Amino acid sequence: MTLRVPMIARTWLLLVAALCPSGPAAAQSTTLILSTTTSTQDSGLLDALVPLFERKTGYSVKTLSVGTGQALALAARGEADVALVHAPALEKKYLSEGKLQNRRLVMYNDFVVVGPAEDPARIKGLPKAAEAMKRIAESQSRFVSRGDKSGTNLLELALWTQAGVEPRGAWYIESGQGMGQALGIANDRRAYTLTDRGTYLAFQKRVDLPILVEKDRPLLNIYSVMEVNPANGPRVNVAGGKAFADFMLSPETQGAIRTFGVDRYGQPLFIPIAGKRDEDFP
Amino acid sequence: MGLVSEGLLEAVRLLLTGDAEVWRIAWLSLQVSGSATLLSLCAGIPLGTLLALARFPGRALAVSVVNTGMGLPPVVVGLFVTVVLWRNGLLGALEILYTPLAMVLAQFIIAAPIVTGLTLAAIQQVPEPFRLQMLGLGASRSQMIGMLLREARLPMLAAVMAGFGGVISEVGASLMVGGNIKGGTRVLTTATVLETSKGNFEVAIALSTILLLITFLVNWALTWIQQRARA
Repeated sequence: MTLRVPMIARTWLLLVAALCPSGPAAAQSTTLILSTTTSTQDSGLLDALVPLFERKTGYSVKTLSVGTGQALALAARGEADVALVHAPALEKKYLSEGKLQNRRLVMYNDFVVVGPAEDPARIKGLPKAAEAMKRIAESQSRFVSRGDKSGTNLLELALWTQAGVEPRGAWYIESGQGMGQALGIANDRRAYTLTDRGTYLAFQKRVDLPILVEKDRPLLNIYSVMEVNPANGPRVNVAGGKAFADFMLSPETQGAIRTFGVDRYGQPLFIPIAGKRDEDFP
Repeated sequence: MGLVSEGLLEAVRLLLTGDAEVWRIAWLSLQVSGSATLLSLCAGIPLGTLLALARFPGRALAVSVVNTGMGLPPVVVGLFVTVVLWRNGLLGALEILYTPLAMVLAQFIIAAPIVTGLTLAAIQQVPEPFRLQMLGLGASRSQMIGMLLREARLPMLAAVMAGFGGVISEVGASLMVGGNIKGGTRVLTTATVLETSKGNFEVAIALSTILLLITFLVNWALTWIQQRARA
């Protein structure tokens, strides 16, 4: 046995060597890091768009799909080259600090409040999401929160503030997981939760929680793309970041976004809005 | 139950149709975890042998450190390796974060203490008189160590299995240092997490089944070698 190890060793070393080319040597300016949220990845949108971008420009993209809070923090540290996220208030904070620049709106979808059909907090059909949150808190009905500083979680916290409620107690469940898992927990515990419509549609088969509140302005979920300030770190790929941002806003990509998901869900998951500004959504 | 059987069917379908993406993911899992295990053998066997045979001050402490390392939480390893490999990190200039190489590094750190600790135990279980006898019969030190390793080869194959099993099934570190990038660093465990979060439970179960199958085949081969060596 001891005699044969070197041969096996050599085989494996060859394999390690075979892996290397995709590593350090090929890096540099042809690779770019996109930090984005889980919803763009979990919905499958990026799987459709990124190969298109790579073919068109020759860049190879490393997509980090994490919560919006982490995605922005990574970009602000110069660990990514471009960010595609959905938390306007937090985005503006990073913009004003100069960490990120050239914020442009890409697309939107919306959030909905879902919950058990019995609706113990009696929120069905309420026009204002904040009012619904208030009733959930007052009736101490179970609510599943992402609790992970994702864009969804940040909006949820903003809604609690608007409702004048500090969510705390046995009824408030912080899952610390992605949207899909949070929906699963809400379904299991017969609880309310806030979800983006895309993930909700994707999980519709497995989740028996009807939409109770929708179409309130704060529930609008706007995604924007931002480039990373090269001053944030030594190895930021500025040209690559800009190329990706431009790509997201190009007519071709916007067209692809408009039709994405229609075949599977009968409706688009995202509405493209290149050229629009925050003021266009009163 | 319907879900599990759908998942198993999906696994069979993915394997039979030779789904390119699945094969690539499975192959990368094998490459990364195999390389990491191999490297951990290169480091762990000499180190374990040294710790078993040498007597030096602080040896008890070193052994305790190795034994603690055998239970290193992968996410902790992942976090530290990520921070070190960040562009702004200590080894940022290497630019290997989010590549398979970074995953090999993280998995090596997880597997090396396991191999070291089990090698140490394997060598120590060879009776002391055996060693003295060999030296008494005029064996050189390196001959003696060679014989010892031969004598300990069965438990050391168990060390290989434990090391490989530890890293191929690990998800926390691979997710963090690899980034679960499609066509780049996606392995069976991270793909399973992703498919679960997408709600594609059948695909997730299929990937898990393939992972179990690979782990079984590797261990089966190692066990076969081990048991044949015994005969």
